[in-house]
Amino acid sequence: MTDVNIRFPLDLDSPRFSIRKPEVRSDRQGDMTDAERVDRAMQSFMKDFSATTATYMESCIHCGHCADACHFYKVTGDPKYTPIWKLEPFKQAYKREAGPFAFAYRAFNLKPKVTLAELEEWQHLLYDSCTMCGRCTMICPMGIDIATLISQARHGMFNAGLVPHELWAVAERAEREGSPLGATAKVLKDRIEWLADDYEVEIPLDKPQAEVVCTLSSIEIMKYPESIVALAKILNHLGTDWTLRSDGYEATNFGLLSGNAAWQKDMTMKLINAAVAAGARTLVLPECGHAYGALRWQGANIYGKPLPFTVLHISEFLAEQVNSGKLKLKKLDKSVTFHDPCQVSRRGGATQAPRDVLQAMGADLRESRDSGALGWCCGGGGGVVTIHRADELRHAAFDINIRQINATGAEIPVTSCSNCRQTFDDGQAHYQWDKSMNSLLELVADHIAD
Amino acid sequence: MELLEFARGPGLAVSLTVFAIGVAWRIYGILRLGRKPDFSAPRSIQTTAGAWRMILRRMWPHREFYADSAGATFNGYLYHVGWFVAFLAFVPHIAFIERLTGVSWPALPDTVIYVATALAILGLVAALLRRLTDPVLRLLSNFDDYFSWIVTMLPLITGMALIHGGYHDLKQVPPTPYTTPLALHLLSLELLLVWMPFGKLSHAFLVFLSRGTTGAAFARKGAQP
Ligand code: SF4
Ligand code: SF4
Repeated sequence: MTDVNIRFPLDLDSPRFSIRKPEVRSDRQGDMTDAERVDRAMQSFMKDFSATTATYMESCIHCGHCADACHFYKVTGDPKYTPIWKLEPFKQAYKREAGPFAFAYRAFNLKPKVTLAELEEWQHLLYDSCTMCGRCTMICPMGIDIATLISQARHGMFNAGLVPHELWAVAERAEREGSPLGATAKVLKDRIEWLADDYEVEIPLDKPQAEVVCTLSSIEIMKYPESIVALAKILNHLGTDWTLRSDGYEATNFGLLSGNAAWQKDMTMKLINAAVAAGARTLVLPECGHAYGALRWQGANIYGKPLPFTVLHISEFLAEQVNSGKLKLKKLDKSVTFHDPCQVSRRGGATQAPRDVLQAMGADLRESRDSGALGWCCGGGGGVVTIHRADELRHAAFDINIRQINATGAEIPVTSCSNCRQTFDDGQAHYQWDKSMNSLLELVADHIAD
Repeated sequence: MELLEFARGPGLAVSLTVFAIGVAWRIYGILRLGRKPDFSAPRSIQTTAGAWRMILRRMWPHREFYADSAGATFNGYLYHVGWFVAFLAFVPHIAFIERLTGVSWPALPDTVIYVATALAILGLVAALLRRLTDPVLRLLSNFDDYFSWIVTMLPLITGMALIHGGYHDLKQVPPTPYTTPLALHLLSLELLLVWMPFGKLSHAFLVFLSRGTTGAAFARKGAQP
């Protein structure tokens, strides 16, 4: 049960930019005493303290450089948005309970116990103002991977019932209905029938066996259904033996984003089981950033052994097809710039794939000043786009993208993440910007050479 | 016991012991927490090379960050290099290390040492001023940051107070007439050794662990270091 303050009602369905900014406040879920909340957060923190966490927690030299890499600090100049500062309670708990000198910290109370007030204050820092984009890792002279730590700290926050309402509600819905945006298996089926009819394209659903199992982001299903058509067009053109499966189609993982490890596991296992049931050799992930991190890099660890199939982001799949010469594309007569989805590029290692695809279209690719692994986050990742009270901050951060993209002089921006795309659409409306974000997948479908 | 005798004898022995045990404990304390195996299909298995790549790559910021961090990084080099040149290339220091270990190497001219010391002091002062004025650094800074600064500065200051005449051309370093200042100088080094495993100065060894951990993980994912 989420304890929704009626002063700040949840509004999950209106267009994002029509929602007025609610006051910044801290949300709570569940009936727990204050002490219980703190205990649960601590237990969860303790579970996540590994040698890797410890290495990072011990290594920070307080140089402050990470602030300059973070879009939220950059646009506000507010020191509280310094990446490592967002982890202060987590660090405090670590030093006091788990570090090599924890006994001294406790004995002399050098690090006091984390309090509920602190955790509540940090809700804004751990959720609203971190997209887990990992840009700070690229500047940190100690190479500290702050995004990984943030996601661990979120586990504690979730266990303590201290998640921003909207993100909590979206995650809960995803766990209950199988999709964060109401794209249930039934809705998917209806949509697919409608799309197949309207666009006269075959979209296989629930084939018992297939070489390739494709998955979707519910943002595509609900907002950008043409992406599904594009996917079908390309795969059918290639003659791929593929299918979508109603027992495992939703690739977004709000368990991961909100900090509920059990839900994360449920969501990941659905995809794995579906691919295993279909005897698939390849599972293709949709244009979604965190879906890639969740399955490509974390999936096998949730499964407990190596996955019996290959996991590819759609941009990697397309790159394989164009690089092997199987997919020929017509020329894209426009100058383009590519917006790297953080989880696929910087944190996923698939920076080159979309560029290969754009090159196969002969596009005039104009890289922004900071591109590839050093690109700026759209500002809406990590679940931030769902959090209404973070809108103002997110819009402020989005301005960096406008400046970077305008400076390239490219006619169209392209990305390969529907969450980036919706953040761009929202930012475009907010700033009345003259550029719309494009999907790489849809561009490719429009440029298949016969 | 004379202060100098103490500093040369038990003081040195105790500080070296605390240093060694402290460092070992700090590293053990980190590693004992363990790591889970990673079952994801690696893009590359050259993780050791990846660790080293990150260790080297982070010695200078990415081009994209120059505007924000090249200045502070340069200043960092100033006091790190200055401090180590003064520590390792000065005739009396080499003689001291040789007495302890039997190992020695050629020294740099005294002038170079004095310039290095001056640069190290200037760099440290600049770093402190930045820490005291920059809002981000003020928020992050705690006792460790300031105490570690003092502990790093003390050997430089106490060393400056000791200098008398030239050293470089001497066959053998004569016994200093200033026994108390020398004792203080030695004690300042011992304080540094004792403090090192506990505070942020441990970055001297943690830097390998920390950058290496991320470098290996990034190499596995095929991500840029
Ligand atoms: S991961 Fe991204 S959003 Fe989060 S603190 Fe680092 S730079 Fe900022
Ligand atoms: S850049 Fe790295 S070492 Fe410096 S303050 Fe941030 S996390 Fe700490």
